[in-house]
Amino acid sequence: MSSARRFDPILLLALPAALYLGIVYGLPLLFLLGRSLFGAGGLSSFVGFFADPFSWTVLANTVRSAVLVTLICLIIGYPTALVLARAGGFAQAAILVAIILPLSVGVVVKAFAWQIVLRRDGVVSQIMTGLGLWSEPQRLLFTETGLVIGAANIFVPFMILPIYAVLKLVDPRLGEAAATLGASPVYRFFKVALPLSLPGIVTGVAFVFSMAASMYVIPSLVIGDRFQTLATLTGRSFLFMRNEQLGSTTAVVLLALTVSVVIASAWLSRRLGGAQ
Amino acid sequence: MTLVEKIAGWVVALLATVTVVFLLTPLLVTVAVSFGSSAVFTLPAPSWSLRWYEALMRSRDLWPAVFASLQLAALSTALALVLGTLCAIGLLRGAFRGREAIVTFLVSPLMLPGLVIGIAMLESFRAAGLRDVWLSLILAHVVITLPYVVRTVFASLSLFDFTLIDAARILGLTYPNAILKVLVPSLAPAFLTSGMFAFLASMDNYPISIFFTDAWTKTLPIQMLQYVEESPDPTIAAVSTLLILLSIGVLIIGDRLVGLRRMADL
Repeated sequence: MSSARRFDPILLLALPAALYLGIVYGLPLLFLLGRSLFGAGGLSSFVGFFADPFSWTVLANTVRSAVLVTLICLIIGYPTALVLARAGGFAQAAILVAIILPLSVGVVVKAFAWQIVLRRDGVVSQIMTGLGLWSEPQRLLFTETGLVIGAANIFVPFMILPIYAVLKLVDPRLGEAAATLGASPVYRFFKVALPLSLPGIVTGVAFVFSMAASMYVIPSLVIGDRFQTLATLTGRSFLFMRNEQLGSTTAVVLLALTVSVVIASAWLSRRLGGAQ
Repeated sequence: MTLVEKIAGWVVALLATVTVVFLLTPLLVTVAVSFGSSAVFTLPAPSWSLRWYEALMRSRDLWPAVFASLQLAALSTALALVLGTLCAIGLLRGAFRGREAIVTFLVSPLMLPGLVIGIAMLESFRAAGLRDVWLSLILAHVVITLPYVVRTVFASLSLFDFTLIDAARILGLTYPNAILKVLVPSLAPAFLTSGMFAFLASMDNYPISIFFTDAWTKTLPIQMLQYVEESPDPTIAAVSTLLILLSIGVLIIGDRLVGLRRMADL
């Protein structure tokens, strides 16, 4: 195309939005990075941060809870996306409503609901003791298990939607063709359906992981102060402790973590896209 | 069908059912609590009552926050729809190297930690001498809403055949008319879906807004979190139930206009 070589005035239409985000969002992030790396304190604040064993607990908390949330979302989200892509009628409508409706209810409300569900006299405890799985009522609220359940609940739509977007484009006849050629169901899943849906999985995993690593409202309601992640520590430093030095350091570490996940996922999906 | 296939089918169906129930659990709990008489969220409730709805009607903190959030979401979504659509058209029609990188940048606020974005903006706004609460909130919320519009409209436009506009013009339509009659209808679903999700994201934003609200101007999530932490009672469940009802209404309208399936294509 000739438009690739000479300047096309229609490009100017993209300018307002690009400039807007560049000034209001891009530059502030660069300033934050610049100040925390080269400003007062500078690199020494990072040295101090990584020398403190508590920081490693915080880092481990962040990564471990985000990985667990991502895993649960993948395990329950993939089959849901599969049914959503293949089924029609009632099953499809039910799944769509179950995905879209909770998206329209705020995180605060959902985290608050999980507070109620996970209490010692909450619904989960009642069901588990009723089924005889627990000998006595237990409290999941203020535990890491409770946090992971609540967070997985809130983020699972962001796993289902990208996988569904890929799966619905896969020709169902591919599976039938493989079956005609004698491939077993297990073999077919791992050699046909799974590889074709990998780009969706990569996007979903990257989305859920970066959201779970950055969550602030859910931990503050479901687990409380004893469990600190990079995001809660950042928020707390700025909003309550007025320790902006520590807050900027954890913010930059968190930013580095999520930016590398975003870049890695973009690179991976380009490779996966190119391989097909 | 072999036995393995049958079992696999059942497992998949079971997991999907579990997910649907799991997804709806917090909503069901919220609605149930809002109609219960117990102030300590006992479920099942000892008896049913409307006392929390009465309390909500009397509330002097929640309503201003509801209206502040609605205004903010409407305004920032409208701005994002204009800026984002122009941007998507420009990027798509002007093919050039590095376009992918620009699209990634424009969509990146969706994936980066809100708290970090909020802190960065707070410091820069302060340095620029911007202290007005409303202006700061609107500037920040357009950053939240814009990525939804850019992403969805860009995806939808890349499926649009621009020669249709030329065809319409050959058939005698003026250029603005051709845009209005051909391009706009085919983009309408993308507008509706991205507008809806952008609106909801703005309504729900906590981590960026928290840095720009003050004692007089609070958005709904901030007022609600404060309420839940300071004086938790089911009034918050009552306001949430009303929001759920509102969303069901929006979903029904969306289903009529666009179809649920296309709404999931975000």
